[in-house]
Formats: sequence, C-alpha cells, structure tokens
Amino acid sequence: MDAGSVISILINSFMAMVPIVLTSVGAVWSERAGVVSIGYEGVLLMSAFFGAMVAEITGHATAGLIGGMLTGALLGMLHGILTVYLKGDHVIPGIGINLLGMGVVPFGIIAYWGTAGQHQVAVTLWSWDTRYGKVSPMVLVTVAIALVTWWVLFRTPLGLRVRAVGENPEAADALGINVEKYRFWSTVYGHTLAGLGGAYMSVAWLGIVQKTMSAGRGFIALANMVFSGWNPLTALLGGWLFGFFDTLATWLAPLHVVPGQFILMLPYVLTLIIVAGIIGKARPPKWDGKPYRRE
Amino acid sequence: MKNSGSDLIERLNLKPLIESLIAVLIGFLIGAIVLLAFNYSPLEAYYWLLVGALGSKDDIASTLSYATPIMMTALTFAISARTGIFNIGAEGSFYFGAIAAVIFTSIWGNMWFGLVMGMLLGALWSLPAAFLKVYRGVHEVISTIMLNWIAWFFVLWLVVGPYANPSDPNKTIRIPESARLPLIGNTDLSIAFVLAVVAAVLSYYLLWHTEFGFGMRASGINSRAARYGGVNPDRAVIWSFVIGGIMSGLGGAMKIMGEPPTYAISQGMANVYGFGFDGIGVALVGRNHPLGIIFAAVFFGMLRAGTSLMQARAMVPLEIIRVIQGIIVITVAIPGLYDLIKKSLRRGG
Repeated sequence: MDAGSVISILINSFMAMVPIVLTSVGAVWSERAGVVSIGYEGVLLMSAFFGAMVAEITGHATAGLIGGMLTGALLGMLHGILTVYLKGDHVIPGIGINLLGMGVVPFGIIAYWGTAGQHQVAVTLWSWDTRYGKVSPMVLVTVAIALVTWWVLFRTPLGLRVRAVGENPEAADALGINVEKYRFWSTVYGHTLAGLGGAYMSVAWLGIVQKTMSAGRGFIALANMVFSGWNPLTALLGGWLFGFFDTLATWLAPLHVVPGQFILMLPYVLTLIIVAGIIGKARPPKWDGKPYRRE
Repeated sequence: MKNSGSDLIERLNLKPLIESLIAVLIGFLIGAIVLLAFNYSPLEAYYWLLVGALGSKDDIASTLSYATPIMMTALTFAISARTGIFNIGAEGSFYFGAIAAVIFTSIWGNMWFGLVMGMLLGALWSLPAAFLKVYRGVHEVISTIMLNWIAWFFVLWLVVGPYANPSDPNKTIRIPESARLPLIGNTDLSIAFVLAVVAAVLSYYLLWHTEFGFGMRASGINSRAARYGGVNPDRAVIWSFVIGGIMSGLGGAMKIMGEPPTYAISQGMANVYGFGFDGIGVALVGRNHPLGIIFAAVFFGMLRAGTSLMQARAMVPLEIIRVIQGIIVITVAIPGLYDLIKKSLRRGG
C-alpha cells in the first residue's frame, strides 16, 4: 500500500463518517432525554430521497440538505407524538419507520424519476477536489455539530434539563421542567440530524439515490451511540472509526485477497465485537425508553 | 342501548382485532394519498391488487404461497416478543435455512433432512444474539441487524461461489427432485403452507398451554416477577431466540424446496430477501398471537400476490405495498387506537 492510498483511505473515511456521526450525535441527544428510536435507518433512506428531490427541484444542494433535515424532523415529530405524548412503545414505531423507508424510497425512485433501483442526483454539493479524493465541507459541519452538541449538553442549563428529563423525570418535573416538551423536541432534534446525514449521502457524498443506500448505517450509528457512552465527543471518534472500516472494506473488496463478501462483512462484524466488548460498562440514561406520566 | 355495540367489543376482547383492521384501513387510505400525489389512480390500483390476489385458483394459490414464508418469520418475531425481546433476526436465519436446504439436500436428497437442517442452521444463527443479550447485555435490535448483514454476505458468498449452478450461474444448484415439497391440487402451492399453519398452531399451544410457554410469557411480562416465581428469564430468552430461529430457518428451507419451477436461490438472493422484515409487519398486525398471524400472513400474502397484476394493469410500482405495510405498522404502534377513535367519534357526533 503506497502513501497515496493511505491518504486517500483517510480522506474517504472522513467522508464516510458524516452520516454515522450525525445520526449518533442525534441519537445521543434523544436518548439523553429518554427517547429511544430505532427508526434511523428509515430516516436516512427517506431523507436521502427527499433531499435529492428538493435539490433537483430548487437547483440548490443546500436546499436539498434542508429538505433532508425537514424530512427527519417530520419523522421525529411522528415518533415523538407516538412515544412522548401517547406513551406508546419506543421500538415499534421505529420498525414502522424503517419499513416505510424500504417502501417509500424504491417506490419514489420509480414514480418520480421513472428509473428502477437507482437515480443519479443532478445537483450535488460543492466540495474540495484533492488528488486523493473529494472532501466535503459537510465534514467540518459534522465536527462542529458534534462539538457544539457536546458543549450544550454538558455545559449549559438547557443540556442539564435535557439530561435531567432522561435521568430523573420526576425530579425534573418537580423543578417545573416540562418533561414532555423537552423529550419531544429532543426526539425531533435527533431525527433532524439523521435527516441531514441522509441528505448528505445523496447530495454531497455518493451523488445517487438507491434503495439500499443506508446499508445498516442507522443501526451502526446506534451501536456507535452505545460505544460512545452517550457522549457526542466519543461518538465523533467512534463514527470516524466506523467510517474508516467502511472505507477500508470498499477499498479492499476489489483486490480479491479473500472473497469480497468477507471484506464487506467487516464493518458489521466489528460493530458486533465492539458493542459486545463495551456494553456492561456503558450505562444508558435511567429513564431511557420509558414513558413518563405525571402522578 | 346506545353503547351495546362497544360493550360487546369489550366483552369479547375484540379491541385488538378492530385496531388491526383500523390500521389496515389507514394504511390503504394513506397509500391512496401517496398514489394520488404521484398521479396514479388508487381505485384502479386496489382493484387490480384484489383481482391479482383472489381472481382465480392460481391467484389464491399464489396468495397462500406468499403467506407461507412471512407466517414463519412472523412467528419468529412474535415468540420473541412474548418473551420481551425484539428479535429482528428472522431475515438472517431465513437465509441460512434456505442455503441449508440447498447444501444438505445435495448430500442426501430427502425432504425431511432438508427441512431439519434448515431449522438447525436457522437456530444456530439465532444463538450469537441470544448469548450477547443474556451474557453481555447487548440490545437484540442492534445485534440481530448486524447478524442479518453478516448472514447476507456469508450466504451470498455460498450462492455465487461454492454452490453456484455450473450450468446457470444466475442460480444455486437446484433442490433434487426427491427432496422437493409436494404440490397441492395441481397448483404451484406446496405443502409448505400446511406446515406453516401447523407451526403456528404448535406455537400457540406451546405458549398458552404448556408450563414452558407460560414461563416464557411470564418473563416477557415481568422478568423480575418471573424469577421470583421460579422461572429463569435468561433461559426463557435463549429458548425464544432458538425457537424463533427454528421457525425462520424452516421458512427459508421451505421457500426453496417448495418453489416451482426454480427450486434454487436466485441471483442476488432476490427470492429470499425481505421476508424477515415483512414478517415483523405480519406479527404486529396479528398482535403477536400465532393464530392472529395466520390471518395476517394470508392478508399480507394477498398484498404480495396482487402486486404483479397491479403493476401490469394499473402501471403502479409494486413497492407501494411496502409503503402501505410501513404505515400499517406505524398505526399499529398507536396505543389505545380503538379508544382514541371512539373518543374522537363521540366528540364529532
């Protein structure tokens, strides 16, 4: 492996980290407030689709990113209404959102673009083109979002209230914090970040919309959230690690050292090993996934 | 007198059934809105969907054929859910059941051998998630999804590599004639459907009429109380994964051994993909009850069987069905749907 390939793999691993980090950071915030969602796979898919659609309609890739965020926000509101206000199960709506994504995206690609399976996005976000591959400004945005989210969560009164709502809603309630409001908007924030990550995939990184493009990243992000110990900064590091293995796998697969399928398996095997090794030490917020009813 | 209808519903415990029906209705309603938004005619689409699902003897056979694998994967989800586990791993066990049928019937062309090996591999593939859950506290949603992807790439390697058909590289080698499942009444429907119904009835019996099943359900409702009552919840969790894996593994084996004219796993594993996910929808609409699942699976089978005619005649992409299924599942997740609708109706009236 020459120096050029090493640099190229490193650069691409930063590109691959973006959707995982954004989703993980969003999921950290939402679970810190006590709301579990497993629907991020569907959020990534649908926001990639609607993000690309908005980008092509408006002719602006940035508008596409905003379209993706709106898609995420709407799905987050749906999840928030079901879990926070109607006190429903946290896992089942996520399954539903994932199934919805598996339907909406392939249907939408055919119904809107008239092609089956895959669409090349016509409007994509500007990026720096280096000798070793392109670098999207979204990489910097992602790092900034992770840092700011960490700062707000652990260094401001707002973050304290969000964590209180997930850790001890009774006490928070007694202090006059509106538990439902904080939980609802935390869910929306989490899904909005995932929506940005999804739109990034289609309008900034891969430049395509495909029915399998999320490829488990929504779940890898959840694993990364656990790995991070519900901390946005460690989630940034973990997300980069997964991005690195993702890139390494796609880089190694065509070399046929071992059958390509075994290389492509790598990120999932590593996720499993890392999660198995880390859990037990990591502790989720106490009221994570539990509905809170005022006495 | 005014409330006698709803009293009857509450007395006969029909709420879950009615909630599922409402969810289905909402699914079709929103599906219609989506179709209209993309300039399709929902009426035409739904008409051809129905004709395609029930229009002739062969259509009904194809509905029941589609119902078979999703009945098995729904049982996987439901049995685990009764033990308090969200097992999304039916998909992976299904792949392993399918490839087990291909591999082992090529060694010994016996139908029962193929089915048993499918169950065995399906069960084996459910074990990592079970042990990670019990001994490492890894949430099963994450572990089973990762295992699904690992299974996908591993089985894909077997399909395009060692077990590819030398005379037709688009498929695996075929199930030998001696190991194929018998067909029913001159149609393409195999006895797999009957076996699936038997599996559902047995699951019902196991869960509700044996001490073992009582223990499983008890630990699903409250694991601490179950432990106090002498049930080991960890063991219940492991067994629910194993029995679930058996169901999906059998489903995968039956799919390949009872699917004329292919009798093989096709390119890109297209004929074994997605049943695990559809099974989740079936289980939720069937309210995680094995007998409810039989009906829900036939309903979802109708949706699948009807799509080809809908696509051909109404020119509607068949993926709309997955949109409808997703909406149905989200609607099922609304707690107290029946009471909610009753309340708003009363307010409206």
